[in-house]
Amino acid sequence: MAPAVAEGARYDCVVIGGGHNGLVCAAYLAKSGRSVLVLEAAEQVGGAAVTREFAPGYRVSSCAHLLHLMPQSLIAELDLGAHGFKLANNAMPTSALSPSGTPLALGVGDGGTLAGASRADALAYPEYVARLRRLARALHPIMTSVPPRLGTDAWSDRLALLGMAWRVRRLGRRDMRELLRIVGMNVYDLLEEHFDTPLLKGALGFDAVLGSNFGPRSPGTVLTLLYRLAAHDGSSVLAQPVGGLGALSEALAKAAIAAGATIRTASPVGRIAVQEDRVHGVVLKSGEVVAADVVISSCDPKTTFLGLLGSDQLDTGFVRRVTHLRTRGLAAKLHLALDARPNFAGLGAEALAGRLLIAPSLESIERAYNHAKYAEFSSDPIFEITVPSVNDPSLAPAGKHVLSAIIQYAPYTLAAGWDRQQERFTDIAIAALERYAPGLRASISRAQLLTPLDIEREFRITGGHWHHVDLAFDQFFMVRPLPGAAQYRTPVAGLYLCGAGCHPGGGVMGTAGRNAARQVLKGAA
Amino acid sequence: MMDSAPHFREPLLKTPFHARARALSQLDSFIPWAGYTTVDVFSSVEQEYFAIRNATTVYDLTPMVKYRIAGPGATGYLNRLVTRDVGKLKPNRVAYCVWCDDAGHVIDDGTIFRLSEREYRLCTAERQLDWLLDSAIGFDVEIAEVTADIAALALQGPTSCAALKDYGIAGIQALKPFEIGHYAVGANDIVVSRTGFTGDLGYELWMRPERAEDVWDGLMAAGRARGIRPIGSMALNVARIEAGFILPNADFVSAEHTIHTDRARSPLELGLDWLVDFKKGHFTGRRALLAEQRRGVRRRLVGLDVDGNKPAHNALLYDERSGKRAVGSVTSAIWSPTCKRNIALGMLDAPHFKLDTELWAEIYLNRELVWERRMARARVVERPFFAPERRRLTPPADH
Repeated sequence: MAPAVAEGARYDCVVIGGGHNGLVCAAYLAKSGRSVLVLEAAEQVGGAAVTREFAPGYRVSSCAHLLHLMPQSLIAELDLGAHGFKLANNAMPTSALSPSGTPLALGVGDGGTLAGASRADALAYPEYVARLRRLARALHPIMTSVPPRLGTDAWSDRLALLGMAWRVRRLGRRDMRELLRIVGMNVYDLLEEHFDTPLLKGALGFDAVLGSNFGPRSPGTVLTLLYRLAAHDGSSVLAQPVGGLGALSEALAKAAIAAGATIRTASPVGRIAVQEDRVHGVVLKSGEVVAADVVISSCDPKTTFLGLLGSDQLDTGFVRRVTHLRTRGLAAKLHLALDARPNFAGLGAEALAGRLLIAPSLESIERAYNHAKYAEFSSDPIFEITVPSVNDPSLAPAGKHVLSAIIQYAPYTLAAGWDRQQERFTDIAIAALERYAPGLRASISRAQLLTPLDIEREFRITGGHWHHVDLAFDQFFMVRPLPGAAQYRTPVAGLYLCGAGCHPGGGVMGTAGRNAARQVLKGAA
Repeated sequence: MMDSAPHFREPLLKTPFHARARALSQLDSFIPWAGYTTVDVFSSVEQEYFAIRNATTVYDLTPMVKYRIAGPGATGYLNRLVTRDVGKLKPNRVAYCVWCDDAGHVIDDGTIFRLSEREYRLCTAERQLDWLLDSAIGFDVEIAEVTADIAALALQGPTSCAALKDYGIAGIQALKPFEIGHYAVGANDIVVSRTGFTGDLGYELWMRPERAEDVWDGLMAAGRARGIRPIGSMALNVARIEAGFILPNADFVSAEHTIHTDRARSPLELGLDWLVDFKKGHFTGRRALLAEQRRGVRRRLVGLDVDGNKPAHNALLYDERSGKRAVGSVTSAIWSPTCKRNIALGMLDAPHFKLDTELWAEIYLNRELVWERRMARARVVERPFFAPERRRLTPPADH
């Protein structure tokens, strides 16, 4: 059969999207001897892990701004160090800013150090951290593996399920019981059981709702917390690459190229070409055709299935499930170009180099979330802040600084429409920061706020959702992003997914890209 | 329907022919059908049945659910919806079809009327706007239910063509099977399709509801010499079994309604392989059906010829007279008055569905409140049981 695309280029594999997962996938495939082409729509690689200049001389990680989920094994396997990857800070502490003075310091040490909480909390904290880490360690293999399929006769699936059960069983009776008890709980109730200090509970609960469509009282928020911990084997270490997260993407791109992959930027894909129910390449928006036996999409599932593939290649029930995926982001990103080092009350130099949280209590998070339920932004939002120029002066002109903050809740669908509200929300955010860092507003030379709409547009993510698809029980692990496409494979032969919409989800992790590459190689074997 | 009474005040709607049907009904035997009250039998099932095979019959099929599907993407949409190649259907032609869920199980069967290049009508047994709309995601197509906007009559029987000519539909004799024609009789614009559910010569007439009574009156008057009479669903059911047509909820249950996982049926199991076109491109259920075809069907709906003259209603089917192991069951059964055979449709497990396979049907007879069990020999036979040449003959005989 003569393909209609004989005149175009031909590769074993085409990866759509040069985000970190796409690049990881391409690097692994190229290392295995496949000819690989990565097609990135933007001018630079990285997807949501990019560093951009948002004001003359000021650069910032434009979407994701911390690195903490990428497995060490992946960094080692792709030899990212040799390709220029370096960390500016590999042990960033977390400080919970207090509206009334001294921040609470959550250290990075093994036992989980804590300063600024009540005596009882200081005593309870190490035990809480230790138990969550044990649970997270038991769940860790789940986070890194390709999810098994249910209801098959394949031994590999049965063994994987048995292995998971065995890991949980090995926790012992007390921890296993605790895991089963808390896994469906909400993080509010869990933290109420353990602690008194509102600031501490706010800080610990923050991680459970960051980037998710949840408040601390939403069911399933313990799962999202465990997910975050399990991704890195229980020890949460926050890091900042030199040059921002864009530098990580550059290193991944170099690793992929070194392995033999070709990367083309400014090359948006128009559609995935299918012939007789098999992928046979992609057609670029320019009309150029690239033939390939395997196409791996790092785009979110809605973009991949409904935008690039087309519902005419899929069954109605499957399309129905795709449209039902919850993909509305509700985090905004704020970038500030500062003339001076921000002066957060009571915060030492080391703490400023870390992560700062504004989430004074679980109630304040829940109240901020209330707005999102009714298509409004929070009038008193919560923040995850970094001042990356403290660790990496190259990001700002000499003596000047960059502040980067994730702000919740800023729902994708705003009743009043984002067009007229963006400025107001920026003002609210800056006013909130000013309360914690007096004088900040006066030192701002430029502010940039990216709403979920902007994130959708600039990073080509449906709904502007960090995780592509909400991380929730019904969109998790063996059913992520949806049944019928949960093992990186799709109903169309030769088409794979490798983005954050797949297991284990979003955050700059790369695991989905690596797992997808494994599935492609297995499929071709 | 906006001006009709709220549904809880009038749980069953009346078709535009209702007053006429009510006047002619001798038994006052009405049954609900798709939200309408319709006639089960007017006077006698036998007389009505024989009118189908020997004269002309009028059957009100307004309750049949109808959807208008139109737009530049309509053909692509329908091709993805149903298993058949709609691209081959020319304007003014009709095609029988089934559609499946992702697992390749039949949701419903129906007919597609291609009214023009970009406009279709889909007639279905059950309402399923939800499925049709979800199937439209990504297609440039408009879908609307038009059941109440169109009144419909089936005119079936060997003298139906002559009756239509007498009524004043000039040129009706040229209409070929599965063809659609547009006609006018006085002020009545009537769309006629040469289709039906009897396996006989016959037509279906489509009109605006406000013209319904006038058309009915005209047909009944003009058809008198042709032996015209109205019929209810019971007589039609006899004819459709003779014709070998399957009926939802009798011969299969829609995949949308089954609760037990093994009760849904694929088109291959229903013996509708000829409706499944694997070469036309993707359609919902294609991958599942291909897998089923590779693996071989587990069961199949077949025609059965049963000894004796007692219809094998709901009979279990056995491979041996001892009746130890049931290998299937009867879904529809009648004594065929025309074939003079005791016929049935039944679902049989593999490998018992092969032609000429000998089986035993376990028939229960209620004889003046005393139940008797009969084991009757049954044989797998070809469908249809009755297929007269006249159903296809164009022009039809002038009687």
